[in-house]
Amino acid sequence: MLPAAETDALTVAGLSHRIGGREILSEIEIAVPAGRFTVLLGQNGAGKTTLFSLVTRLYGAQSGAIRVFGRDLGAEPGRALALMGVVFQQRALDPDLSARQNLRYHAALHGMPGRVARSRIAAELERVGLAQEADRKIRSFSGGEMRRIEIARALLHEPRLLLCDEATVGLDIRSRAAILADVRGLVRDRGLTVLWATHLIDEVEAGDPTIILHRGRILRQGPAAAIISDLGADGLQGAFRQLTEAA
Amino acid sequence: MSAAPESALGTITLAGAWRCLLGILWREALRFVHQRTRFISALVRPLVWLFIFAAGFRSVLGVSIIPPYETYILYDEYIVPGLIAMIQLFNGMQSSLSMVYDREMGSMRVLLTSPMPRWYLLTARLLAGTLLSLPQVYVFLLIARFWGIEPPPLGYVTVLPALVLSGLMLGALGLLLSSAIRQLENFAGVMNFVIFPMFFASSALYPLWKVEEASPLLRDVCGFNPFTYAVELVRFMLYGQIDTQSLLLVIGFAVVFLGGAILAYDPARGLIARVRGPGGGG
Repeated sequence: MLPAAETDALTVAGLSHRIGGREILSEIEIAVPAGRFTVLLGQNGAGKTTLFSLVTRLYGAQSGAIRVFGRDLGAEPGRALALMGVVFQQRALDPDLSARQNLRYHAALHGMPGRVARSRIAAELERVGLAQEADRKIRSFSGGEMRRIEIARALLHEPRLLLCDEATVGLDIRSRAAILADVRGLVRDRGLTVLWATHLIDEVEAGDPTIILHRGRILRQGPAAAIISDLGADGLQGAFRQLTEAA
Repeated sequence: MSAAPESALGTITLAGAWRCLLGILWREALRFVHQRTRFISALVRPLVWLFIFAAGFRSVLGVSIIPPYETYILYDEYIVPGLIAMIQLFNGMQSSLSMVYDREMGSMRVLLTSPMPRWYLLTARLLAGTLLSLPQVYVFLLIARFWGIEPPPLGYVTVLPALVLSGLMLGALGLLLSSAIRQLENFAGVMNFVIFPMFFASSALYPLWKVEEASPLLRDVCGFNPFTYAVELVRFMLYGQIDTQSLLLVIGFAVVFLGGAILAYDPARGLIARVRGPGGGG
């Protein structure tokens, strides 16, 4: 079990999970440092979404422990969840409601007072460049715009940890780059902690703390550059291939 | 690097829980308003039964004096409480459908990752669905009044607690079912195996003594059917009386169904976590 450093935003220890008798995650041990952009890298089916579902308590942990800024998710789910914002892989906006209404619903679910909610909604929609479109129905937005709205929503209650599960999947190159830059900017400017799950190696920068997940097991974690040099690979692509082929 | 200050909402306050409840009510009301056809079909269904089925039976089937009625009544007067409960039954199942839809669309994840306790979120959702059934019932009662079905004026008030209780019971059943329904397509099964049997094998269409005359076995089936007690509770309270047995059973069934739904949606113990995950992914 990894020691939980005071600076860790999220720690997962001894976490295993089975669905229908099949082991999806096995003895997961991770530590996500506070105030950093950490990448959870893994192919489709590696177990990233299951891990996110456990961390957000959509699934109950069958074993192990999850702590968010020291709060045990099992013992204090409300406190732990209040510290998190989540962007799910599958779109999770109500298509029949407007952007503002979707955000307002989220604010209510977090118990935010009306005045605070209105001001936060305006600020976040402004930040993602959709303030003028606030009253448009969700179904009329493009995929990239919907993602921006989801990020705005995830940040509405001012979480300290933002979880993004394949947030750029299905988007065009420009939208992908814009969203990635936006989220990296949040880490730089607000000191937000981000756990960014992706299967796209080009989204990882050399200095990013990186966790490589493959077939439900953590193969390596550390700064991307250190993983590359430890393995003597010519890049993260090569390092990833070496690790997954050996597993 | 400085992290943002810890959210003040880390501790769930009563005010926060209240705002959460209002938010869920508001969202369900908004969706209801957007689905105008849902309101219309909720009304058309019982009205067809009242205007066509009951009108046809009126001449051949009178109902003798049975509580809570103080005199002989026409069949269409007898059938009205059953049709009210039918509105609530369909509304409860509509809530179930809405939960499944939310799961497929991903919106359920937003609800379930709220810091509020899950039992509270589900109860708030149930309450929202129940409250939405009330205007449908009162509009139906208004139309029925023009048709000559005139319960005592005070009955419109005394029936309200019965409507809330029966709405909660049937909504909780819908909530429980929604945990077991994996896809929207499976909802046809709910129609065939839940709604129709519950409605027909109850006291909604015929008094239980008449059912017993036809088949004692069917009478026993009706006696085990929670819907029967929702109908009887509404029937008695529409006439300003309380049927204690129905009242206790409706409350009991509501608690059992809601308890089952909370258990099914519990991330650690729930059925859905084992099968597919409450958000619909995996």
